[in-house]
Amino acid sequence: MAEEIVQDVKVIVFQLKNEEYAVPVTQVGSIEKMEHITRVPNTESFIKGVINMRGVVTPIVDLRSRLGLEETPVDENTRIIIVDLDDTSMGLIVDAANDVVDIPVDKIEEAPQVIGAINVDYIDGVVKLEDRLVILLDLRKVLKFHEIEAIKSIES
Amino acid sequence: MEIDQYLGVFIEESKEHLQALNQNLLELEKQPEDIGVVNEIFRSAHTLKGMSATMGYQDLANLTHQMENVLDAIRNHQIKINPDILDIVFDAVDSLEEMVLDIESGGAGTKEVSELVSQLAAIESGEAPLQAAAAVAEEPVSDTSGLILDEFELAVLRESEEKGFQNFYTKVTLREDCMLKAARVYMVFEVLESLGEVVKSNPDVSQLEDEAFDLTFEVLLVTQEPKEVIEEKVLKVSEIDAVSIQNFFIDTYKHVQDEGQEEVTASVDEEKIEETTIEKKAQQSNKTIRVNIERLDILMNLFEELVIDRGRLEQIADDVKHPELHETVERMARISGDLQSIVLTMRMVSIDQVFNRFPRMVRQLAKDLGKKIDLQIEGAETELDRTVIDEIGDPLVHLIRNSLDHGVETPEVRRELGKPETGTIKLKAYHSGNHVFIDITDDGAGINRKKVTEKAIKNGLITKEQAAIMNDNQVFSLIMQSGFSTADTISDISGRGVGLDVVRNTIESLGGTITINSEEGKGSIFSIELPLTLSIISVLLVEIQNEKYAVPLSSIIETAIIPKSDIMHVHNQAVIDFRGRVVPLVSLKEVFQVPEVKEETDYYSVVIIKKGDKSAGLIVDGFIGQQEIVLKSLGNYLTEIFAISGATILGDGQVALIIDSNALIK
Repeated sequence: MAEEIVQDVKVIVFQLKNEEYAVPVTQVGSIEKMEHITRVPNTESFIKGVINMRGVVTPIVDLRSRLGLEETPVDENTRIIIVDLDDTSMGLIVDAANDVVDIPVDKIEEAPQVIGAINVDYIDGVVKLEDRLVILLDLRKVLKFHEIEAIKSIES
Repeated sequence: MEIDQYLGVFIEESKEHLQALNQNLLELEKQPEDIGVVNEIFRSAHTLKGMSATMGYQDLANLTHQMENVLDAIRNHQIKINPDILDIVFDAVDSLEEMVLDIESGGAGTKEVSELVSQLAAIESGEAPLQAAAAVAEEPVSDTSGLILDEFELAVLRESEEKGFQNFYTKVTLREDCMLKAARVYMVFEVLESLGEVVKSNPDVSQLEDEAFDLTFEVLLVTQEPKEVIEEKVLKVSEIDAVSIQNFFIDTYKHVQDEGQEEVTASVDEEKIEETTIEKKAQQSNKTIRVNIERLDILMNLFEELVIDRGRLEQIADDVKHPELHETVERMARISGDLQSIVLTMRMVSIDQVFNRFPRMVRQLAKDLGKKIDLQIEGAETELDRTVIDEIGDPLVHLIRNSLDHGVETPEVRRELGKPETGTIKLKAYHSGNHVFIDITDDGAGINRKKVTEKAIKNGLITKEQAAIMNDNQVFSLIMQSGFSTADTISDISGRGVGLDVVRNTIESLGGTITINSEEGKGSIFSIELPLTLSIISVLLVEIQNEKYAVPLSSIIETAIIPKSDIMHVHNQAVIDFRGRVVPLVSLKEVFQVPEVKEETDYYSVVIIKKGDKSAGLIVDGFIGQQEIVLKSLGNYLTEIFAISGATILGDGQVALIIDSNALIK
């Protein structure tokens, strides 16, 4: 991965329940306030619907629901992080977006077994920053891109 | 590689030339005496040869070269055109087409063409000498009435004739779109003067320099070169449309001068003819530029965003009720409406792109089937959105094949029936309102109602009772249902059991409809109705609880509000009796699992939708209104969502989903 070449990785840290998670800045397009989401019927439960992101119809994923946490009502801190993966824009609903942090690559550790109690393949690693513990997410796996690709390849 | 950047242009232009070849060859088949057409063909072949040689496609160049030789011989009356020669030339064009397609798909454009080349060579050499002698004798009919010669010029000509020089009357026609006429004239003169001496020109040199002439000018040339050489050299000058060279005899000239009056009227006639042909050409050569289709797509996307913002502004203006703002927004709406039609027409392409391959196809099919067909095309200039054009080709091919195969009878049968041996298939495209219509009419056998109903009953598509009450149109549309084929024998061309149903599905997926009219023994008409564009559509916005959905107007029959008590149940399926028909009801609230927030009322709002002959009623909670919307895709992440075909952005910035009504009708 590109991150291994540079010494530091810039990540955006956000909050879900009591834990802090992070995704690389390079994958993030923008951070938006909560707005009206149009529900799309008959989709997976973690897909909340679509929003109009400057003229582009963008699917929105509730990250809490995707990571198996209980959903909470929207408050003023709730944010939508717009991420770009393979030409596809998606939004992630998070409790709050905290800050941008530089993480030295050599500080990234493998996810300890305690966290990954049940089949979580979407954690890229964990970083300890002073008194904080930040979990790095593999967005592709979070958003089930591999499954979508699998479906596509079966279709073609 | 450097050549890559020219490849696109090469392929495109080659295709254009091949198309021109096909068209003109068909023309030539009808009028084998028309040397003008041969010239056109020759020029296309010549350009193609030059291009392919430059690009390094040797097989392509070889074949065109040989073809060019044959055409040249035809042009110079050394060979008489006969169907066999034409067939071989057609074959050659087919091979050329294959090679160009191969190049387009990344191949090397090579093909075994030696047989064709040798066939062409045989034509060229075998029959050439036979005709050559006769040709010369026919020549000296010269129309030189435009030239008035004085005594001195006549003396020069007489002298040169005696010394064994030849006098040629040369008429050069410049291309319609020629920009620098004087420059071309200069170049032509330079060429002529390198070959001999120019005795006289009409108009004279100073007028020519001032561009004081239309497109043609005449020159009397004294030379020792054969006329073929002159013609070839003059044609090498660019932007020359045609060159005609005739022997000039002083005696004939004098004779003509004597006859005076009569000749003048004749030449006036000729001028008239010339004018009309020029007019025709002017229609074809509008000034155009090539624009990358991607740029147009980007323009379209940007414009779509503007349409969304326009909707938003309109809504804000309505809310604020500020008169000046309202006025400005209204103005902007009008301008953007004009802009919309321009942007849309920019993406329009004439349907000729699709139609132009049909004459060849019909010729070949008619030959294979042993039928005589006259294909008439009308309205080829009708324009349609590119996205529709891309999709409509295959269905049309299928319908035409169908008409040829099942519609038009063999010549023997037609003779017995007292019809002309040659069957007619008419392809007609025209605009009407926001739609384009394409009619395919044949004067063949028509559809046998009895045969269709029998087959449909046998295949379990309908029951006997249904058959009895169906009207003709309903019966005919049965042949477009899957699992139906009326041909008694399965042929290579159509009648494989799949086909017409695919045609109907494709057309309906484009938001169009197809209807069949037919009279047994007289023929059938297949009418296709298509929307002008696919990216901006009219919808009815409906409310389901608190959610908004859009239903394309093209699939709506009407809307209705019905009391709950009118609903009946058949096998657990809610239905209503609507204008004498039993229409099944679909609750969108259930299909889309819409969370319930409103109380039920005693009345249902129902949108009656159609898919072919079937209909269904969609239960909604309210109608919001009709609106023009921009179609947006849901992207790669959300694919294949049941009964949702896309999304759109409403005036308030929210996203509304577009209902795929076809999915809701079983």
